[in-house]
Parts: sequence; structure tokens; C-alpha cells
Amino acid sequence: MRHYLDFEKPVADLEGKIEELRHLSEADGINIADEVARLTEKADRQLRATYAKLTPWQKTQVARHPDRPKARDCIATLIAEYTPLAGDRAFAEDSAVLGGIGRFRGRAVMVLGTEKGSDTETRIAHNFGMARPEGYRKARRLIELAGRFGLPVLTFVDTSGAFPGIEAEARGQAEAIARSIEACLSAPVPVVAAIIGEGGSGGAIALAAGDAVLMMEHAVYSVISPEGCASILWRDAAQAPVAAEALRITADDLKRLKLIDAIVPEPLGGAQRDPAAALAGLADAIGAALAPLLGHDGPGLIARRREKFLAMGRDSLI
Amino acid sequence: MSWLTEYVRPKIRTLLGRRDVPENLWVQCPACEQMMFHTDLEKNLKVCTHCGHHMRASVTERLAWTFDAGSFARIELPKTPADPLRFRDSQRYTERLKSAREKTGLDDALVVAHGAVGGHRAVVAVMVFEFMGGSMGAAVGEGLLAAARLAVLQEAPLIVFTASGGARMQEGAVSLMQMPRTVIATQLVKEAGLPFIVVLTDPTTGGVTASFTMLGDIQIAEPGALIGFAGARVIEQTVREKLPEGFQRAEYLLEHGILDMVVKRTELAATLARIIGLLRVKELEAA
Repeated sequence: MRHYLDFEKPVADLEGKIEELRHLSEADGINIADEVARLTEKADRQLRATYAKLTPWQKTQVARHPDRPKARDCIATLIAEYTPLAGDRAFAEDSAVLGGIGRFRGRAVMVLGTEKGSDTETRIAHNFGMARPEGYRKARRLIELAGRFGLPVLTFVDTSGAFPGIEAEARGQAEAIARSIEACLSAPVPVVAAIIGEGGSGGAIALAAGDAVLMMEHAVYSVISPEGCASILWRDAAQAPVAAEALRITADDLKRLKLIDAIVPEPLGGAQRDPAAALAGLADAIGAALAPLLGHDGPGLIARRREKFLAMGRDSLI
Repeated sequence: MSWLTEYVRPKIRTLLGRRDVPENLWVQCPACEQMMFHTDLEKNLKVCTHCGHHMRASVTERLAWTFDAGSFARIELPKTPADPLRFRDSQRYTERLKSAREKTGLDDALVVAHGAVGGHRAVVAVMVFEFMGGSMGAAVGEGLLAAARLAVLQEAPLIVFTASGGARMQEGAVSLMQMPRTVIATQLVKEAGLPFIVVLTDPTTGGVTASFTMLGDIQIAEPGALIGFAGARVIEQTVREKLPEGFQRAEYLLEHGILDMVVKRTELAATLARIIGLLRVKELEAA
């Protein structure tokens, strides 16, 4: 069963009808091919029209779609010989942050990702993609490890943010995030970050201070969730759609603000409709971002990366 | 409804009238509710003479208390795009900025000055909580970078007094990018072999805590200061538990190994001077 979002209802109705007709034709041997073709074309047009003008709030729904490829899917599809590595060596393993070594298109790399999970069981197992300090400390450890062995770092970011919990604060959530950002900025190897779904605030930038930052077409990247912003500035979480608009969280917005480097196109109707095509596009974009970085030495990469972040906001106006 | 306006007006007049009486000669401590004469409170650096509660301080006071003989020079900070998102909620961001500027007489939520601390050259950056909750947007980020560059130029330690509600939402992802940008500021200072000292004051939260604030070579906090990443309300809603006594206070962070020390405001300048003296071995050797 396909999971439809509220605004996809017209598409859902059409595709529902097509499905019904198909069942009918199978059961009764009636040829309704023409009708199916007509409806399919209509559904396709409807989908194209809907996705051509998604609002930032609708994009947020797409970015959070349960069927969208998650970090785990990115790793499974894009990384060969994936060898997960666990733990922060101090307190715990945090399963909200996936990490390990493997090969991307033949080249050995370090991979990191925030994993939300895709059903109740995996969501709980990965703490809904909200990392604790141990997750960021593990990230830092693995980025440093990558630096020592000359492995480029690829990150897949999909998180609503760092976990807001009592223990997380007690164990230094803020420090862990700060050090993870520092590790990204200090890595003497290429760092390519991809915001694949939700890029939530400090919990996202902790893994995204890279040489190249890519965003999937329907991903969102924001300093605060639209709901959080709405409840603070509008004093009403129901104003989230308005806040989503005001915060400029879409890939187009961030590209215009020169805060990200490239947008990865998604299949019609979003990555959730065709994860394989979406991931193929992501692989190409990562490959394209990585290639020019491989020619630089460590100090050169660090200097370039620093200059890139220092230039941000100086002249970026929408 | 004229009876209502007639009824309300005299009340407002009496309220306004009362303001003219010089009642602010006496200040009430928000913690213990005891009264203090204003000169006594000022002499004690805005620390309650009864219970030791540290009240919030203004930028001018911070700078005066920190530099030797209260003498320092402020630097002008770089200009940044004023409203990168053209943001508006119930009010335009540009209007909020304007009223914050009128209220504080400052351009944004950071002030940078240089002078001597305990006889050592030092650059001091102070975050201004009264300016939109001390929130960090491009101006604060650029200001911290300017402070770091000045420290490097003067071969002086950088001391930052933090006070912030976190990122400036009105600048969206531009404010988020100030996290890596301010981390770079700390790297500039450290790479030059200079101490980066953070003094966390009440309150320091959100993205400001999770970037340059937590990267100090030495981390000092004022007693009772609220310090954390996530807001207490958000945590309560997420974990559905009552927060422990003293949660996210300076003493709690000290106990959890996140700070080097909690220092009373009255001892802060001397502590900073001593630390700089001890860390600046290179400076002494060169001299």
C-alpha cells in the first residue's frame, strides 16, 4: 500500500480507481486498457502539477515521508563492502548515527548517517533519528579515523534534530555537537554531505559542515522545525505552514542563499515513489561533488572548506 | 462603552505618576526578594548582597568589570546583510531589529572590545541578551570572527561572555551556518597559540552553546547560570519526566564535567587575569 500525503489526495483517488479497474479486468477478463491508460495519464498529470508547486510545508511532509529512502537505504545501495563501526569509546553506541567504512564506486570511504527508521520498530531502535551526545562523539571519532587513513567522508543527513533529553544534556549534547562540527571542518579529507530528508538544526549541521553540501530536491534544511518556530514566534504550532514559508527551508531557497552547493533532482512524485531512481541520482551527485575534491591535499581542503563557510552570509540575499 | 474608558484612564495615570517617584534607588533581588540600596548592589557587581544571586548585567557593566580600571576600546564590527530571508511573523524582522537597536543603542547582539586584563592584552566579546535574546545571526557570527581576527592580530587571548537564547530564527539557515562559522573563529585563535576562554552567563542555550561556546580552552560559568542545548520545556515534553533539581544550571554542568569552574562575579576578573597569566607562557618567554 502506497502511503499518500494529504495534498496527494487527487492522485490517490485516481490511482485508487486504476487499481480497482485492474482488479476488475483480471477477475472478469474485460479489456479496460484504454480506460486505465487514460486514468494513468491523468494521474501522472495531476502528480506533475502537484509536485511542480509544492509549498515549503508540503515539502516538509515529503521530506518526512515514511517511504522515503533513509540513511540506511543510501548506505545499502551506494556503499559496497559496508562495514559498520560502533561506539564513542566513552559511554555508548548510539544507533541514531550510522557509521562505518565501505566503498563508494570502488573508492574506500567513511560513511555517516542519521537514521530515522521506517516503521515503529526501527524508529524506536534508532530513536527517531535523534542522536545523543554519543552519536556525535562517534561521528567525530570516525571522521578523525577517516582523516588518518585518507578516506573521504560521505554523510547522509536525515534528522529532526539532536535528542532533547535529560541524560543527553547531562552528558554534554552541546559540546558533542560543537566537536562534531569542528571535526568536519578539520578533516584533511573530502567531506561530502547530503541532506536526504530533514536537515534539523544543530543535529544536522553536526554532520554537514562539508566541502560539498547536497540537498535532495524535496529535502528541507532549517535552523528550527516549522512547528517549533510557529509555536515560538506565532505562539501557535498550527501556524507551521506559515513558518515553513518564512524560514526558507527548501533546497531552492538554500541554493539561492548560497548555503548549499547542489540540488539532487528527485523522480516525479518524490523519492518515495521510486527510491531506486532517487538513489541513483544521489550517487551521481555525490560522485560529481567528490571528483574535484580528490585532487586537493589535506591542508588545501581544510583551507577551501573554511573559506567556503566564511564567505556564507556575507552577500547571500534572496 | 465610554464608562469603561472613563474608568480605566485614572488608573493608568496613577501608574504612570508613580514612576516619577525615585523608587529605583532600592532594588529587589528576584531570587530572595530582599531589598538592596542601588549603590550597594552596583558595588557588589549586581550580585545580591543577601543571597549571592547573580543578576543579569549590561554590556557596559561587563566590559567595565572585566578590563583593568574599566578601561577598554570598542571596535566597530563588520556590516552584514540585514534581513537575508525578508522574514516576517507578526512583525517584520527589520522592524524587530530596529526596535532592538533603539532599545539597546547597539547594532546587534555582540560587542567586542580590547584592553588589558590583569596587565595582559586581551580581546573581549560580550553577547547582549537584551538584543533579541542574544540570538545569533550573521552579525553575531561575523562579530565573533572579527573578535578572533583581532585576537590573532594582537596576539591576545579571546574571552567571550555568552548570553543567548540560541540561533536567530528570523535568519533561518543563515543563522544555522553561524555554528560552523563561529567554530572557525575558535580555530583561528587556537591555531595562533592563543587561549580561548569562555565565560558562560545566564542564559546560554541552543545553537550558541552547541558551537563556539563549548570549545573554550577554559570554560567558566557564573553561579546559577542556565546553560544547555535543548530548552527545558522541549525536554519535558519529549521525555515526559520532571526535570531534576538544578538541571542545566552552572553547578549541574560543573558536576557533569562540562565546565572547568563556576566563579563568582566578584572573583571573575582576577580569575581571568590569573588564567591568562598562567597560559601565556609563550608571551613571557618572548618578552
